[in-house]
Amino acid sequence: MDSILQIEKLKKKFGGVVAVDGVDFEVNPHQIKAIIGPNGAGKTTIFNLISRIYPPTSGTIRFKQHKINELKPYVIAKKGISRTFQNVQVFENMSVLENVMVGRHCRTRSEIFAAIMNLKRTRDEEKRIHDYSLEMLSFVGLETKKNETASNLTFQQQKLLEFARALATEPDLLLLDEPAAGLSVPEADEMAQFVYRIREIGITILLVEHDMGLVMEVSDEVIVLDSGQVIAEGTPREVQNDKAVIAVYLGERETENANHTKS
Amino acid sequence: MNLGDQLLQYLFTGITIGAIYGMVALGFNIIYSATGIINLAQGEFVMLGGMMMVYLTAIIKLPMVVSFFLSILIVTMIGAAFERAAIHPLKSPSVLTLIIITVAASILFKGGAMFAWGKHTFSLPPFSGEKPISVLGATILPQTLWILGIMGATVALLIFFFGFTLTGKAMRACAANRTAASLVGINVRTMVLLSFALSAGIGATAGIIITPIALMNYDRGTMLAVKGFSVAVLGGLGSNVGAVVAGFIIGIMESLGAGFISSGYKDAIALVVLLLVLFIRPSGLLGSRERAEFKKF
Amino acid sequence: MGKKNILSLLILAGVILALPLGLGNSYYLNVLVFVGIYSLITIGLSLLMGYTGQISLGHAAFFGLGAYTSGVLSTKFGVSPWLALLAAIFVTGGIAFLIGAPALKLKGHYLAMATLAFGYIVFIVFNQASSLTSGPSGFGQIPRFRLGNFLLRSDVHYYYLVWTLVIVVLLVSLNIIHSRVGRALRSIHEGELTANIMGVNTAKYKIQVFVLSAVYASLAGSLYAHFITFLNPTPFGFHFSIVLVAMVAVGGMASVWGAMIGAALLTLLPEYLRAFQDYDILIYGSILLVIMMFLPQGLFAGILGLIKKER
Repeated sequence: MDSILQIEKLKKKFGGVVAVDGVDFEVNPHQIKAIIGPNGAGKTTIFNLISRIYPPTSGTIRFKQHKINELKPYVIAKKGISRTFQNVQVFENMSVLENVMVGRHCRTRSEIFAAIMNLKRTRDEEKRIHDYSLEMLSFVGLETKKNETASNLTFQQQKLLEFARALATEPDLLLLDEPAAGLSVPEADEMAQFVYRIREIGITILLVEHDMGLVMEVSDEVIVLDSGQVIAEGTPREVQNDKAVIAVYLGERETENANHTKS
Repeated sequence: MNLGDQLLQYLFTGITIGAIYGMVALGFNIIYSATGIINLAQGEFVMLGGMMMVYLTAIIKLPMVVSFFLSILIVTMIGAAFERAAIHPLKSPSVLTLIIITVAASILFKGGAMFAWGKHTFSLPPFSGEKPISVLGATILPQTLWILGIMGATVALLIFFFGFTLTGKAMRACAANRTAASLVGINVRTMVLLSFALSAGIGATAGIIITPIALMNYDRGTMLAVKGFSVAVLGGLGSNVGAVVAGFIIGIMESLGAGFISSGYKDAIALVVLLLVLFIRPSGLLGSRERAEFKKF
Repeated sequence: MGKKNILSLLILAGVILALPLGLGNSYYLNVLVFVGIYSLITIGLSLLMGYTGQISLGHAAFFGLGAYTSGVLSTKFGVSPWLALLAAIFVTGGIAFLIGAPALKLKGHYLAMATLAFGYIVFIVFNQASSLTSGPSGFGQIPRFRLGNFLLRSDVHYYYLVWTLVIVVLLVSLNIIHSRVGRALRSIHEGELTANIMGVNTAKYKIQVFVLSAVYASLAGSLYAHFITFLNPTPFGFHFSIVLVAMVAVGGMASVWGAMIGAALLTLLPEYLRAFQDYDILIYGSILLVIMMFLPQGLFAGILGLIKKER
């Protein structure tokens, strides 16, 4: 089976800091793969490289066998990669529905001339955009808030809005940047459910996460990053028991054990 | 005059005006470094400095030295007042809002100057006489030496201030990282106020020293601001060395352009340079590439 | 487009049709012609600044390019005014594209200064290229528009011509705003990088809006030239660029209706302040400052907001 995403010898330097230091991995279609690692390990940087917020210093990113590191971000979206953001980036002054409708942009066509002439095919397309976006909102349970201004939503709702917006782009690969960050335990559980349901639609998921519970529960495979390098890769169970991983997380491990004995 | 002498003459004219542009650019840099704001009213501080000096010496008839320092003081206070009234009360303004506010302020300063002193063009007597000094076949006005000297003193003072005083270092800390600065106890809001005051003072100084040569009227501020900004960008926004160097470069280019190509188009030179720098290398000559990328506007 | 907007358009059309009958006095009609001309510019500027969030401190240049191209072509080269207007649109649009493509890669203050520099350069060219533009003293005898054998000469004729075009431009702009493209523009304002990552070709749309706003300004410029029949560089400098920004900021940036209101206010206001001849600039400055500090979304949206709160 051909992998859907291939990262080869990816390197990114910011001035003197090497954020990503020769990372290799692959993601297979319909997988849920997680990248974990201590803060500053380079996880979000990798996402930003895939979305092409900045170019890699060296290395290759291949999506469906095509090299994408030189494409502009909007082209990458059109090719089938979408994402959510660690610090939620909804379009604050637009309505919830409009936010999702922007997601439909790369799958629709009416340009400025068609808009000016208000052609029938433009109005039809607008209706389709509207309906599809509403569906996405229903999927995340926000359809009752469709006319609400995005900035008025709760943090969790905004995260769900980002989901809906990303889904509206009809991605083949969805990058989730810390979907559970800032959420309470029940909220994070709900997130996990959404991740499963997204996979059921057939979308491949690559996620970055700190919440070990979510990661271990939801992922097929896990990659562990430290100081910009991959130190372990495998199933959640394999990775949990990997010596190198334990060493890196030593502090957290001890605290976890202590907490378990207490409860 | 042969070509060599002519060239030299243009060079001298160029450094004279270049020094002024450099000082305006320094003013831009100080506010920008401390706050991230580009103060489009910077040119008006220059104008107000010159006008105030004229007013104090010619109308109030104060002695030159007193007027010099008093003018700088008054304009410095105007700069501080501006910050308190129009910048300080804003809560996370957008870039557009800030730009329009500083433009509005520059309009008000200009209007105020027109209201107070009319539309005439004013002059100041040169600080130490008018007899041009012969240097290598070309002539330099004594005022030019004053300009270079005062500019040098200003730059030296700034180096001392930013490098060796606690307040100056605090301002640099603000420029580097606002949050960290406030966390170590630096009062960021005071630093912002200070940066405006300092910029105004420097601008005023520039205005005073150039008026004997280039005259001054209420309308001069805008062009000076645009050219000063061109210089600041060419040198690299935030780089004081860059501002000084770029000031001379643009001053000389302007002078040569006016002399050899056309004096009508000379104002366009700095503008074209600005566009070229912005399009090709926005970080300027001495600015850091990455800082330009990541600096939030 | 929404029933509210269609209704507003119809009311506007009605008012425009009826006004001259009630006014009679040609002086106010004359002022309203200018309000219309300036509205054409501010509508485009509000699309650029309000919806897409890009700054232009040099839009007077496009107004001037439209005026001068139209004027020069019709006087020095004998081109018919209508063709000259069309040619001016292409020239101005072309220049807008050439300057916009690199400039719109800049953000915030950098973009503002680039547009300011551009505006100033154009102004200098108007003053210096005397063989073409007759320099600071300007030139006259610009022919008026003709419809067949009918010469558009009086204020009333012009009033209808200009305001018909304003309605057309409003229609076009409203259609754009309420479309997929309009949403893309607003997403650029909200978060350009995010919009890009979500699939919006931000560079393309920024340039399109920029060129469109320049085209509107060019149209306004041609109308101006063939109305006043005399041109000199003075109205096309930095001062007017700021007045335009003030009109948009005061009226309401993210509203084409607000843009018209701003144009109306800041054109009518000086008329009532005739006594303050030179000090209009002080008043502009003060109004701008106050509005930006306390009602940054402009009068239109600000007052609407206050009304909503009262309810």
